[in-house]
Amino acid sequence: MRQTALRPSAYPIAAIRADFPALHQKVHGKPLIYLDNAASSQKPRQVIETLAEFYAHDYANVHRGVHTLSERATARFEAAREAVRRFLNAKERAEIVFVRGTTEAINLVAQSYCRPRLQAGDEVLISAMEHHSNIVPWQLVCREKGAKLKVAPMNQKGELQLDEFAQLLGPQTRLVAVAHMSNALGTINPVKEICALAHLHGIPVLVDGAQAVPHLPVDVQALGCDFYAFSGHKLYGPTGIGVLYGKRALLEAMPPWQGGGEMIRRVTFEATEYNDLPYKFEAGTPAIAEAVGLGAAIEYLERLGLEAVERHEQELLAYATAKAKEIKGLKIIGEASSKGAILSFTLEGIHPHDVGTFLDHYGIAVRAGHHCAMPVMDFFNVPATTRASFALYNTYEEVDSLMAAIQEIIKVFG
Amino acid sequence: MLENLRELYQEIVFDHNRNPRNFRPIENADRKIEGYNPLCGDRITLYLKLENGRIADIGFQGQGCAISTASASLMTEIVKGKTLTEAEKLFMTFHAIVTGQDERLKLKELGKLAVLAGVRQYPSRIKCATLPWHSLEAAIKGQQEPVSTE
Repeated sequence: MRQTALRPSAYPIAAIRADFPALHQKVHGKPLIYLDNAASSQKPRQVIETLAEFYAHDYANVHRGVHTLSERATARFEAAREAVRRFLNAKERAEIVFVRGTTEAINLVAQSYCRPRLQAGDEVLISAMEHHSNIVPWQLVCREKGAKLKVAPMNQKGELQLDEFAQLLGPQTRLVAVAHMSNALGTINPVKEICALAHLHGIPVLVDGAQAVPHLPVDVQALGCDFYAFSGHKLYGPTGIGVLYGKRALLEAMPPWQGGGEMIRRVTFEATEYNDLPYKFEAGTPAIAEAVGLGAAIEYLERLGLEAVERHEQELLAYATAKAKEIKGLKIIGEASSKGAILSFTLEGIHPHDVGTFLDHYGIAVRAGHHCAMPVMDFFNVPATTRASFALYNTYEEVDSLMAAIQEIIKVFG
Repeated sequence: MLENLRELYQEIVFDHNRNPRNFRPIENADRKIEGYNPLCGDRITLYLKLENGRIADIGFQGQGCAISTASASLMTEIVKGKTLTEAEKLFMTFHAIVTGQDERLKLKELGKLAVLAGVRQYPSRIKCATLPWHSLEAAIKGQQEPVSTE
């Protein structure tokens, strides 16, 4: 299983780890092993230093002033937007809307795209493995309009049932919203096929990319999706910044979501003329430094290459999965054939909360709970799971430590 | 086992987690209440049989972590036979100690329950220990709606 040394171009794991200051600390006297990356990832010094350096030299409000600092800040803010465009391979910068995070991006589409269109009897189609943030915004708007929220099922391995998904598409379907990668199970959904199927009916597709973007290359044009949402903080960037990609034609047809400064061209007390894309959706002073920091995170990933990151994480996941299967009483939740670096599991007779507290004392940070995906927990008939989620800086040695700690816990509770 | 975990996970906690006492429903219970911790999914159903203002019998069912199971189990042992007033006073003392509100309170007032005092050091776990007690408090007050820690 462990063949990293045999590869010709070894992954520069030591250099990568050196970039992340937070990894080099002790927790309860043990070296920190950070495996809660699906919740949020640690930041490289390139991002941390960019934030500090931006505030120290170039900070001012954007798109406002004629003065030098405002011009510099605007240039860097827009350069970050260009970095995002490149990262997603969007056609143009105007299709990149800065928001607070994935949740806000989805709410924006629910309120601005769906709300004016939905009528009683219409349907929004999601999957059975969605995060609450890709359920509740649709529920809110469906309830208000008398529309129905339909759910495409998954199988026991945690794979979307594509046949049944296709059956659920119909003349009433107004939008499809699916996770690119499940946060609770790790499942990577066949987004390209999903888009193709939905487009046969002329139905637009929103992809929740919060979990996918840190782990695999994303090309929105190749996927064919109409909206793509992600957060900066899971992508080694700052909190409070995220992205909504939308096809120009769709964004143009949508009314503004929030009103205020920045999103206007001309305001009188009688009427307002809205600004162009993407500013129409960016009311108020945006998270300027956070956007610049997100740009730095993207450049960091581009230097490493997401293909290399993906390969490293896939090998790590395969190694961890094989080791986990050797442990008696451990059950992996989520065994899709196409899966990102998430290992969700239960231990027979031991509650995930106890597992989480014990692991913390071994210096290992994991998530124990329902992962904001209660319907997924219900489906697998568990109250919660323990989730180890890997990132580009995790190592085989850390997987070994995790598995050894799990064995200890089983012994103590046995 | 790691030394610094012993304060929270004492042998008595493991014992009550493996063999919870009074882990059963009570038919014709005078009070029945459900408790839920939405953060971790812990659920408890508490049953009380009352006689002349005393808790004649008490049972619980549900699923939870070792801390919440042990806390519920210990609670049922201790409040059985107590008057409702006495049980409520115990709740106040227990709550004040595990949430660290009153350092002057003596652990010995809690008797066996003192084993759970270690939970003070674990803010994310305090609700595991208090869920059964909040449910009891609600049952004593005759509340019908389920109890939630959030």
